[in-house]
Amino acid sequence: MKQKLPLLDSITLIDIYIRFMLLFSRQGKLRLQKWYVPLSDKEKKKITRELVQTVLARKPKMCSFLEWRDLKIVYKRYASLYFCCAIEDQDNELITLEIIHRYVELLDKYFGSVCELDIIFNFEKAYFILDEFLLGGEAQETSKKNVLKAIEQADLLQEVRLLNDIDVGTKAVSY
Amino acid sequence: MPAVSKGDGMRGLAVFISDIRNCKSKEAEIKRINKELANIRSKFKGDKALDGYSKKKYVCKLLFIFLLGHDIDFGHMEAVNLLSSNKYTEKQIGYLFISVLVNSNSELIRLINNAIKNDLSSRNPTFMCLALHCIANVGSREMAEAFASEIPRILVAGDTMDSVKQSAALCLLRLYKTSPDLVLMGEWTSRVVHLLNDQHMGVVTAAISLITCLSQKNPDEFKTCVSLAVSRLSRIVSSASTDLQDYTYYFVPAPWLSCKLLRLLQCYPPPEDGAVKGRLVECLETILNKAQEPPKSKKVQHSNAKNAILFEAISLIIHYDSEPNLLVRACNQLGQFLQHRETNLRYLALESMCTLASSEFSHEAVKTHIETVINALKTERDVSVRQRAADLLYAMCDRSNAKQIVAEMLSYLETADYSIREEMVLKVAILAEKYAVDYSWYVDTILNLIRIAGDYVSEEVWYRVIQIVINRDDVQGYAAKTVFEALQAPACHENMVKVGGYILGEFGNLIAGDPRSSPLVQFNLLHSKFHLCSVPTRALLLSAYIKFINLFPETKATIQEVLRCDSQIRNSDVELQQRAVEYLKLSSIASTDVLATVLEEMPPFPERESSILAKLKKKKGPGAVSVTELEDNKREGGELNGGGERGPDTSAMAASNASTPSPSADLLGIRSAVPVGAAPASAGSLLVDVFSEAGPAAVSAAVNDDGFLSSAPPSEDPAAPLPEADELLNKFVCKNNGVLFENQLLQIGIKSEYRQNLGRMYLFYGNKTSVQFASFTTTVSCPGELQSHILSESQSVCAQVDPPGGLHNHTQVDRSQVH
Repeated sequence: MKQKLPLLDSITLIDIYIRFMLLFSRQGKLRLQKWYVPLSDKEKKKITRELVQTVLARKPKMCSFLEWRDLKIVYKRYASLYFCCAIEDQDNELITLEIIHRYVELLDKYFGSVCELDIIFNFEKAYFILDEFLLGGEAQETSKKNVLKAIEQADLLQEVRLLNDIDVGTKAVSY
Repeated sequence: MPAVSKGDGMRGLAVFISDIRNCKSKEAEIKRINKELANIRSKFKGDKALDGYSKKKYVCKLLFIFLLGHDIDFGHMEAVNLLSSNKYTEKQIGYLFISVLVNSNSELIRLINNAIKNDLSSRNPTFMCLALHCIANVGSREMAEAFASEIPRILVAGDTMDSVKQSAALCLLRLYKTSPDLVLMGEWTSRVVHLLNDQHMGVVTAAISLITCLSQKNPDEFKTCVSLAVSRLSRIVSSASTDLQDYTYYFVPAPWLSCKLLRLLQCYPPPEDGAVKGRLVECLETILNKAQEPPKSKKVQHSNAKNAILFEAISLIIHYDSEPNLLVRACNQLGQFLQHRETNLRYLALESMCTLASSEFSHEAVKTHIETVINALKTERDVSVRQRAADLLYAMCDRSNAKQIVAEMLSYLETADYSIREEMVLKVAILAEKYAVDYSWYVDTILNLIRIAGDYVSEEVWYRVIQIVINRDDVQGYAAKTVFEALQAPACHENMVKVGGYILGEFGNLIAGDPRSSPLVQFNLLHSKFHLCSVPTRALLLSAYIKFINLFPETKATIQEVLRCDSQIRNSDVELQQRAVEYLKLSSIASTDVLATVLEEMPPFPERESSILAKLKKKKGPGAVSVTELEDNKREGGELNGGGERGPDTSAMAASNASTPSPSADLLGIRSAVPVGAAPASAGSLLVDVFSEAGPAAVSAAVNDDGFLSSAPPSEDPAAPLPEADELLNKFVCKNNGVLFENQLLQIGIKSEYRQNLGRMYLFYGNKTSVQFASFTTTVSCPGELQSHILSESQSVCAQVDPPGGLHNHTQVDRSQVH
C-alpha cells in the first residue's frame, strides 16, 4: 500500500528537487536532517523513524534506490554514516547519488578526511556547507572549488572579526 | 580535524556534546539535557546582558538539543537578536536556528524579516547570501510577502555578484513554489531566460532550475529558453573534458547542468524550428554514442555521471515519442543495461523500459527482451529490482505474450513480498481480462489468484470474475465445474467460498447431472465451509442455499432444516437472521412459479469501466496508467458483453441488454428513474425540483412527447386517469413525495411533511398541454369520518396554470390531526 505523504499539498508542479536529506549512523542515530518541504515536527519524526528502519534493513548488495511511500529514496553508505535523499518518482536517481558523493567530497576537503565525529562535533558547519551546495533542494553550485572558496571566505571573515576583537580586547573567552 | 583554524570552536558546546555522548542511558541523557536547559534558561533570563559569543554558544546548544529530538520552546528571541550582530558567525548561528526551529509568532517574524531586509540591502555578498539562504530554507508566506518583489530585482541586476545570483535564483524558486501568487511575472522574466547564456556555469545551473519551474506554469512566457537550452547542451556535450575545468566531474562535462537542461526540454514539445531540432537530435545521438565508448575512468562516479545524462536523454526521447530511430536505439541501450553487472543500472533500465513499452514505436523492440525480464523476475535478489521487472512485464504485455506473462506473474506471486501482492493481483486480473480470448483461461487465472494470494484479492477482482461469468454463457459451465473442484481443497480461501457460493448458486444446475457434483454434494460442500466463514460470506451462502432450493427441489428439505436451526434463525447478526428467516418462509409459502421468478438467473451486467483499473489507478496515482491502457479501457467497456471479436453470442447479448432494465430501476417498476434517453426537457423542470425521489428523468419523460407516456395506451378520454393510477396512490404508503395523479392534461404531484400531529402537504399542478389553463380552481375536502379527525386549512391556488415552461402552480394544505 503506497501511503501518500502530505508533502506536496502546497506544491502543485512537477518539480525536480530533493525533498529531504538525512544522515544517520548504523545505530540509527540521526546526525543531520535537512528538510526542503514544510512538515510538522511530528511528521518529521515519524518519517525519520520509519525511513531509518527501512534503510538499515537493506543488505549490502542491494541497489541504492528503494521505493518508500510515494517517494524514491537514494542512499549510500560512507563508512559509518548513511546518506539518504528523498526524491520524487520521476527524478534522476543517478545524479542524486552523485549529489550525495559531491557533498561527501566537500565535507572531506573541509574537515580533512572527514569522519562521523567531525559531523557530530561540528554539526553547524555541516549545515553551512550543505547550504552552499544545495539550496531549496537543488544544486546551486557544482564546482567543488567554488563552494569551498565561499566557505573559506566566510571563515576568513570570522577570523578578521576575531582579530579585530582581540585588538580591541572585547572578545569574551569562555570555556 | 579542520585544516584551517576555524577560529572560535565553541569549547562549551564541544564539552556538552561529549557529555551527551558519554551518557550511558537514555535517562542519563535526558537528565544532562534538562540540566543544560535550566542553565541556559537562567542565563537568558539573567540580569547580566549576555555577550554575543555566549549567546551564540547557548543558541547553538539549544539547536543541538533540538536536533537530538527534544522539544525546545525558548531561545527564539535570542536567536533573532543574533541576526543583528555584526559578527558573521553569530549571524550564521542565528539564521540556522530560526531556519530549523520555525516559529510562527508574528512579532518574531517581523523582527526576522527586518534583519533579512537589512542583510539583503547590505551590499555585502556574504551577508546577502546568508539572508537568501534563510528565505530559501524557511520559505514562509510572510517571507514571500516581504521579499517576493525584491529578489527578482537582485537576480537580474547587473551588479549582483555571481554567488548572490545563484542563491537569489533558488530562493525565488522556493518562494514561487510555496506562494506562486506572490511572485508576479514582470520585466525580469525575459532577463532570467538569458541567464542561460551566462558565462558562469554556476549561475546557469541555479537559474535553470528556476526557469524549469516557471516555464511549467507559464510555458509561453518562457518558450525562448528552448533554443538557448539546446545550444547550451550542445556546447557541453561536444566539449572536451578539459574545457569546463572545475565543472567537469570525473571526466564528465557538467553532468548536473546537462541533466537539468535535458529536464527543462521535457517541459516542452519537440522544437518546431528545424535547425534547433536538428541540433538537439545530434546532441542526443552523441550522448547515445558516448555510452558505447570505453569509459575514461574506472570510478563509479564517472559511470554514474555519464549514465545519469544518458538516462535523462532517454527520458527526453521517450517524452518526444517522435523519433523512431532514437527510440529504438534507446531501447537497445537499455537492453544492454538489463544484464549489466551493477544492480543500480539493471534497476534503472527496467524502470526506463516501462515507459518505452507504452510508445508505439518501441513497443515491439521492448518485447524482444521478454526472456531477460522474466529471468530478472525469477533471479534478482533485490526485491526492488524484481518489482521493476514485474512492472515491465505488465507494461509490455499484449495479445501475443499475455498467456506467458500472466503465468510468470502468477508464479512470482507465490513468493512475492506481501507489500506488493495487492498491486500484483490487480495487475494480473487486468491483464487476464484484457487479453482473454478463451474465457475459461480467464476464470482459471482468477481462481488461481484467489488460491495463491487470497488475502490480497480485493472485492473488485472477484466481483469482476462473477460479472464476466454471468455475462458469458459459454463459460458458465466451466466456471461451475472449476469452482466446485477448487472448493474441494482442504483449506480454501474465503474469497474462493464467496465466488464458489455465488457461481454454484447461479449455475450449479449445469454440473448437477454428474453424480460427483450432484445437488446434495454441492450443498454439503458449501455448507462444510459455512462455519469457517465471516458474516458477509455466510450471508452470501444463505442466498446460494435458497437458490439451490429453487434449482434443486430435492434439496429443499435438507436446506430448510439448516435454515430452521437456531444458529440461523436466531443468529446474533441481524443480516444473517433476517436472511434465514425470510428465505425459510419464502421456501415454504411460495409456489414453484413464484420462487422461480424471484430467484431467476441473474441478468447480464451492464457495461461499465472496470473498477479494477480504477482501483489500480488510485493506488499508483494517475501517472501509472499508460495512454494505451486508457484507450483500451474505452474499448474494454464495450467488450465486456462480447463486443467485436469475442464469442459468437454477441448479438444475443446486445439484444438482451436492450430489454434489461437498468439496475437503478426500482423493482416493482413504479415510475421511478427510468432513463428514457430523451433529452431532459427544460419543460416541467420546476416539477422536477420537487420530486427528488421520482427523479428528473421520470418527470421529463412524463412531459416529453417522446417519453414514457407515448408508450401508454392512447386513451380516448383525455381526462381519464392513466391505468397506473392505483399504483400511483399505493406508493404513498411508504413515500411522502411523488406523482399523485396524472392524465393527458394534468399532472398533480404531492410533497408532504409530517411532524407529530402536524402535517403539511404541497400539491403541485403541472399543465401538460400547450395551452394555458384559465379559471383553474381546486378544492380540498376531507370526506366522511376523516373530518372529525383532521383539521385542514388550505390556501387557494392561482387561477391560471401555464403550459410547461411557464410558472408552476401550487397550493399548500396544512393539516393537523385532532384527537
